Amino acid sequence: MADEDDIILSELDDEELVQQMHDDLYDGLKEEIEEAVNILIARGWTPYDVLTKALVAGMTVVGNDFRDGILFVPEVLLAANAMKGGMAILKPLLAETGAPRMGKMVIGTVKGDIHDIGKNLVAMMMEGAGFEVVDIGINNPVENYLDALAREEADILGMSALLTTTMPYMKVVIDTLKEKGIRDDYIVLVGGAPLNEEFGRAIGADAYCRDAAVTVEMAKAMVARKHNQMGA
Amino acid sequence: MISDAGLTEAGLPPDGRGRVLLIACGALAQEIVALKAANGWDHLDLTCLPANLHLWPEKITAAVIEAVGKHRRDYDSIHVVYADCGTGGQLAEACARLGVALIPGPHCYAFFEGNDRFAAHAESEITAFYLTDFLVRQFDAFVWRPMGFDRHPSLVPMMFGNYEKLVYLAQTEDAALDAKAADCAARLGLRYERRFTGYGDLAAELARL
Repeated sequence: MADEDDIILSELDDEELVQQMHDDLYDGLKEEIEEAVNILIARGWTPYDVLTKALVAGMTVVGNDFRDGILFVPEVLLAANAMKGGMAILKPLLAETGAPRMGKMVIGTVKGDIHDIGKNLVAMMMEGAGFEVVDIGINNPVENYLDALAREEADILGMSALLTTTMPYMKVVIDTLKEKGIRDDYIVLVGGAPLNEEFGRAIGADAYCRDAAVTVEMAKAMVARKHNQMGA
Repeated sequence: MISDAGLTEAGLPPDGRGRVLLIACGALAQEIVALKAANGWDHLDLTCLPANLHLWPEKITAAVIEAVGKHRRDYDSIHVVYADCGTGGQLAEACARLGVALIPGPHCYAFFEGNDRFAAHAESEITAFYLTDFLVRQFDAFVWRPMGFDRHPSLVPMMFGNYEKLVYLAQTEDAALDAKAADCAARLGLRYERRFTGYGDLAAELARL
């Protein structure tokens, strides 16, 4: 039996429910998010609208508060876990309903590095923004990146590193792309706690992305620019 | 005995004795004090920055620069007892600019084991999580609580799922710490391994001052 203060999600109108989902994402409440996603779908919302207006918008608040030092990694991970629950419901529906496709990204943590929290957040937010994401996992030598880029006919390469000892490997990957004459075939985005803009420029990446939200915006802008160049 | 909790949160002020000031991470204070006492290094004075700066490595360089500026007029020379500690070379650059020495190495646990020895197995041990004596004693303050595991145990596999073993690099022979380190490994769901290192390169570096 519910407590007096419990909110019955199905009794909220759409606007209240979306606001509640933002709050529940912020608090990392996975089951509530899954329930709310199902309610909105049952009310006739398109999966794309549920994804963007409820989940992605809610995660953007989480991302902003992480950037501003209000939230920390544990809270962000719980929020991401809740969003993942919602995404699992939406993914097959999105495939059926033909949501807009923004481009394809291959993403992975570099050789010698097993840290994947940031990479996983980026992958999830990129998927939420309509990108197709091929996650090749952790500890990737250059061959893994090259194979995946060719196999998947990707538009974007994303590389992640947490350690100052492993981040130089990103340059190895970019230099190999240059040697093979395929560097300009891809938008190369790099990220990870010890990186900065200067490092991104120095190794020849297209951009250093401070967090998942920035990665999404950067990817959108760069894909649009590339399409414009191709159309010119 | 200096309190570990104090070293984690607040650091340690210098006592004003000695010609050479060591500006160290609070995580190294007990070891430096032990080495000073064992070797009679009375020319060395010690001040420590809070060890929990490691939770925000981007703040370490600025804190060291501030400490050097605060103390440099009072000593013949200053030595910074940090490794790179996740600053991505920024701490080394700052120390070079300020004309103060910095201990070489990627992390304190690397120079405890010996930088060369650590580097030799770095590639084959990427799934190892390292603790020192201090980090074992301060495991809850450094790992368990900041990672949110006390409130959300479900986060443990999300954050440590890719690790395979916890390696306790022991500076001292201490059965209680050994048992605590084994417990830390169990709490993180990792295999446990203990390696005795002593003070490693830290002793050799301080002996040269």
